[in-house]
Amino acid sequence: MTAPAPDVRPYGDAGVLVEVADVAQAVALHAALRATPPHGLVDLVPAARSVLVRVAPGTDLAAVAAAVATAVRAVRTTAAGQDPGGAGPVVEIPVVYSGEDLDDVARLTGLGAREVVEAHTGQTWTVAFAGFAPGFGYLAGADERLTVPRLRVPRTGVPAGAVGLAGEFSGVYPRPSPGGWQLIGRTDAPLWRPDRDPPALLTPGARVRFVERAA
Amino acid sequence: MTAALTVLATGPLATVQDRGRPGRSDLGVGVSGAADRRAFALANRLVGNDPAAAGLEVTAGGLVVRAGERMVVAVTGAPGPVLVRRPSGRLRPAGLARPEVLSLGDELRLGAPDRGLRSYVTVRGGVDVPAVLGSRSTDVLAGLGPPPLRPGDVLPVGQDVVGPVPACDGVPVSAPDGGEVTLHAVPGPRADWFDADALRALFGRPWEVTPASNRVGMRLHGPELGRTPSRAGTELPSEGVARGAIQVPASGQPLVFLADHPVTGGYPVVAVLRDRDVDVAAQVRPGQRLRLRVEAPPNIPRLSS
Repeated sequence: MTAPAPDVRPYGDAGVLVEVADVAQAVALHAALRATPPHGLVDLVPAARSVLVRVAPGTDLAAVAAAVATAVRAVRTTAAGQDPGGAGPVVEIPVVYSGEDLDDVARLTGLGAREVVEAHTGQTWTVAFAGFAPGFGYLAGADERLTVPRLRVPRTGVPAGAVGLAGEFSGVYPRPSPGGWQLIGRTDAPLWRPDRDPPALLTPGARVRFVERAA
Repeated sequence: MTAALTVLATGPLATVQDRGRPGRSDLGVGVSGAADRRAFALANRLVGNDPAAAGLEVTAGGLVVRAGERMVVAVTGAPGPVLVRRPSGRLRPAGLARPEVLSLGDELRLGAPDRGLRSYVTVRGGVDVPAVLGSRSTDVLAGLGPPPLRPGDVLPVGQDVVGPVPACDGVPVSAPDGGEVTLHAVPGPRADWFDADALRALFGRPWEVTPASNRVGMRLHGPELGRTPSRAGTELPSEGVARGAIQVPASGQPLVFLADHPVTGGYPVVAVLRDRDVDVAAQVRPGQRLRLRVEAPPNIPRLSS
């Protein structure tokens, strides 16, 4: 089955939004555009189903769209629905699975709490994109067993290192903030250090394994 | 003694800004930087600075800084009374958009602007506070860069100079509009999430800028923008956001993202301001009204499948 054609939408007079079929294609398109940047490129913002391509004002957007088309052809081999796992390094994140929402996640997924932990530690996640806060990576998994909705009412305070689930993604809060993800554990891994290059532990394309630690 | 500016008063909000941190969205870091990029760039040119040098962004006036030695400064952006207070106590008016010499002990004082919202103060050599990820900008959303200025802060002056101070008695710049402001926006990428009435209202009705506006975004008050029935209650997968994006959250009241916008967002962007109008938007005050006009979408060929 062929994936639907990506859609290039206007984004003001200095950008285009490229919509793709799924997160695997978004990761692949981001990597392809990074490897061969369109003329005038200022910034690439990968996300769940899209890549925002921002260029310098005055750049010919038709030429940008043509460059995007070339990149899209290069990622066509990434079939929709495929594990987005890239060739990036594997980052291990030790987690104590004691999150406040672990039992709710077990109920929502129909898995037991033990199986939730096993599903979370038993797959390789890929950092699809970042957002929400510096160093907050949206991790796409290899299967859909842990897909859960966000909390109906977000928490006003989530501690740094909280490991959560929302939609099809897992993520780790780099610093204390409000948040609506279902929390299943916590980690001491330093997610964000401005003095490190790159400052984020999790950058798009990186692969992640969660490893259970005793409390 | 090293050259420095001492902050004596800040007004509602004064921050260090430069051109920001472009190209780091994949770390979850937005661009930030001066909200009115054009006014800030002019302020650097007027003192012969490197365009990458850092200066001060002053919201609604109120900044007072004291020169630690003789130095050249410039004030641009929202125009208002600018005075220099000599150590003797004598006051003299200073010009806008021109190089101005401060002597040791002189205080530069910005009053409330007559029009516009954000003024820029540059000093020859640039403000030399430590950079974070290649920029000295304060990103109020991400919490990156130096904290907002406080009285007592001492700002070292650097050496980010590329040329002489231009011989110039003042650059003629048009002041920000004090009445109804017109901004141009390209519909999309998610205009198709809204019904025809919503798009007519967006580009037809006046919008009032609410006080809940800041460097992150400008919140607008006006008719509620409704979604097309097929999109009602639908969640949009998070997608990239840029400065000038007009996002419509569940309330139906749009917000225009400014310098410190989030990198990704989960609400549909109905239209995006023309790049040069983002600087105009950064000068619109709470309570002021604005109108949006359709800017024709650029020519983007369809991708063949």
